[in-house]
Amino acid sequence: MLSVKHLIDTTSLTADDITQILDTAKSFDPIVNGRNIKKVPALRGRTIVNLFLEPSTRTLKSFELAEKRLSADSISMGGATSSVVKGESLADTIQTIDAMKVDMFVVRARLAGTPQKITENTDAIVINGGDGKHQHPTQAMLDLYTIREHFGHLDGLKVAIVGDLAHSRVCGSLAPALKTMGADVTLVAPPTFQVGDPSWFGCNQTNHLDDVIEDMDVVYMLRVQLERMEGAAIPSRREYNRLYGLSLEREARMKDNAIICHPGPMNRGMEIDAEVADCARSRILNQVNAGVLTRMAEMYLLLGGEE
Amino acid sequence: MAYLIKGAHVVDPQVGLDDVRDVLVEEKQIVEVAESIDAGEGVEVIDGTGKYLVPGLVDMHVHFRDPGFEYKETIATGSRAAAHGGFTDVATMPNTDPVTDTGAEIRYQIDTARRAGLVHVRPMGSLTRGEKGESLSEIGDMVMEGASAFSDDGHGVQSAGMMKTCMAYVSQFDRVVCAHCEDESLTKNGVINSGRAATRLGMFGWPALGEEIEIWRDIELCRMTGCALHICHISTAKGLEMVKAAKAEGLPVTCEVTPHHLFLCDEDIDDTYNTNLKMNPPLRKASDAAALREGILDGSIDCIVTDHAPHAKHEKDCEWEIAFFGTIGLETSLPLMLTNMVSTGKMSWDRLVEVMAVNPRNLLRCKPVKIEAGSQADLTLIDPDKEIEVTEDYFVGKSKNSAFLGYKLKGAATDVLMAGKRTLIDGVVA
Amino acid sequence: MEQASLKAVIMDAQGMDRALTRVAHEIIEHNEGAEGLALVGVLRRGVPLAERLADKIEAIEGIRPKIGKLDISFYRDDFSSHIAPVLHTTEIMFPIDGVDVVLVDDVLYTGRTVRSALDALMDLGRPKSVQLAVMVDRGHRELPIRADYVGKNVPSSHEEDVRVSIVPLDDKDCVEIWGIEKNAGGTE
Repeated sequence: MLSVKHLIDTTSLTADDITQILDTAKSFDPIVNGRNIKKVPALRGRTIVNLFLEPSTRTLKSFELAEKRLSADSISMGGATSSVVKGESLADTIQTIDAMKVDMFVVRARLAGTPQKITENTDAIVINGGDGKHQHPTQAMLDLYTIREHFGHLDGLKVAIVGDLAHSRVCGSLAPALKTMGADVTLVAPPTFQVGDPSWFGCNQTNHLDDVIEDMDVVYMLRVQLERMEGAAIPSRREYNRLYGLSLEREARMKDNAIICHPGPMNRGMEIDAEVADCARSRILNQVNAGVLTRMAEMYLLLGGEE
Repeated sequence: MAYLIKGAHVVDPQVGLDDVRDVLVEEKQIVEVAESIDAGEGVEVIDGTGKYLVPGLVDMHVHFRDPGFEYKETIATGSRAAAHGGFTDVATMPNTDPVTDTGAEIRYQIDTARRAGLVHVRPMGSLTRGEKGESLSEIGDMVMEGASAFSDDGHGVQSAGMMKTCMAYVSQFDRVVCAHCEDESLTKNGVINSGRAATRLGMFGWPALGEEIEIWRDIELCRMTGCALHICHISTAKGLEMVKAAKAEGLPVTCEVTPHHLFLCDEDIDDTYNTNLKMNPPLRKASDAAALREGILDGSIDCIVTDHAPHAKHEKDCEWEIAFFGTIGLETSLPLMLTNMVSTGKMSWDRLVEVMAVNPRNLLRCKPVKIEAGSQADLTLIDPDKEIEVTEDYFVGKSKNSAFLGYKLKGAATDVLMAGKRTLIDGVVA
Repeated sequence: MEQASLKAVIMDAQGMDRALTRVAHEIIEHNEGAEGLALVGVLRRGVPLAERLADKIEAIEGIRPKIGKLDISFYRDDFSSHIAPVLHTTEIMFPIDGVDVVLVDDVLYTGRTVRSALDALMDLGRPKSVQLAVMVDRGHRELPIRADYVGKNVPSSHEEDVRVSIVPLDDKDCVEIWGIEKNAGGTE
């Protein structure tokens, strides 16, 4: 049993919670990756609504697949088809869906705090699939799973999170989760992309990737959110790539056993060079695979905890 | 009608009174203040024993949303809230629809308020037409119809040149320019104070600098134009330092603060994203609030205002980033000051009267109200021991979006006389 | 709160060994040898039992059947009230298509565990046949399921708990009946 009823943020999770999620995900590995019938009846008869108020392909498909592999009944509602865009309030939308008797909401939203607001309008369990610039806890869990698979542990690892931190819910959930598991996190970004108060994460923040890259076990490149760049905080893709991009030259300076992660989708040639994305250190596809496993674990543990 | 308020502790620093007195009111005026007055024929006695009697309280920064947004508040419902909170005078901000930028709009508010008959409404006019920051409103016309001051509250005037024109133009009248200081190039998308809370909750920050940079600019424009400048809802320690320095130089600069900026801070915003804590300017750091509390005591802040900002339920019961800015305040302002400042011994009754009655009345260029014979009978009677539980039911105004819901407070107005008329009787609006 | 007290020892180590020997013979006889035979233990106590049976079959026939472990956590019909951290994983390192599979478990009671195990097994492939071997059949079936091989039939009541102990999961081999008494004044 997890110590939380909903999965809203990683800051509420204990080290035990995280370990339980990762261990449960591991037990789904042979089912998803080793069998012809990649499915178990664990959530048969449970109803899950994927409420995606902001467009997303990867996260939605990962959740949908995880739901199918647990035999849950699920429907997905997108921003374009939901009435939220027609001016209906969030509370009305949730109460309407809730009246159809659902067990769980998976929520992706443009606005921070939306999943929390939803918990106030339903008895169903809520999983945050990414809210604004706030949190993306299921991404953090799949990242931790991927990193733990490679190193066998998380404590003591040195992890650099590089890129558009100011606009990043990935950083907002990954950095605290890594700290909880005993890893040492360094934030790397141009001053215009840095977080307002890194002390909240308990992390150091620097704008010199070259100064830290040789010490890192994990280099986690964030996607530069081109669609979120208001007021152009960097002059050009080219300059960003030159100063902060993960090039082959920089990759060559990493520790022997060090790995590269990226939440996707990648801007090849901007934050990460094409050759680096496909190199032996890259765990980017492992992350995608881990996404299904960890999301299965989260849904299994949260719905299983319901009496 | 004649009323005799008996046995109340009268506080009025304007006349050096801080003692138990009887006060006799006939028609609209105070006719006698003495240690003991016998009630004559036809005089109704109001028992003031154990209570404090002060000049009628003034809130020089409220939004009554009338005309244009009557679903949030009207002049009539806002007047009830004001009387319930112990006020005799309020200054309404001009961000109505249409914006209050002509004499006719000023006249509408004054006439409507007179019909409601619960509080003196002293409307402010906008500095620029439509609060667009582009061209001057009919400021002289509005002065002649009774405008109390001028402000583009809700927005800073973005262009320094336009603000210079506004202040220079207003300087020909005996009126104050009330500046909402916000440089929008720094506060764009901002919904919460920049810093830890913004990082923790993942939202764009509204930095202190966005306010301070316009405070600095407007003080310099005050120096240049000579126009009296009043900084609205000051929220940062550094902004207050600039006001202090301007005062020390002898510039005609004053400022106001809200109870929510005094008694709340950004750390009060937790993971529940309580949108009643979303303000403009935002709740700042705890150290800012502490500096503001100091400023209200040492005289650098001139008055307490509420920035009473009613919003309908659906405008607050939503995601933080799209929720409307503001909290209501008229009905909790005095109780908060009594609970946190006066009953804790930090603030004297004299100072409370200065910041909640004397100073704002002067800034609105209204005739002083003193507790002496011949003065207009605008009076507030306060029970310092009255206990209040702040629930939605407590509020008599139209909207319930209070940042202080759930608080238990001690001390409140029980009776109000507005121009000799009882508007609040034993805690109930007349 | 429940309190349990030992009521009787049904089988000791020797008794269990004799029963397992008999069951091994029955499995060989029924399948006409040990060719193409696999033993799949249901986690946890089914696993060491399957190993014991494999040892005996190997001793008799000279052929050691393949052995697998089956975890049924994700197949339970009562998981919402009995969720526990998942610590075990199915390990069946051979294809089960066309194989005669003997499911091995310690106690056959309501039949629900076996139902879950059958579902879990079918998701792994298409065995030629599935047979069921249990150490103890204590009755009270809730589903139409029966065992092909039984170490011992132990009539019991719902107020009793039949416990199989087996090395190395436990410190000795035995089958015991425990009485379960609700605490006086119990309010559950």
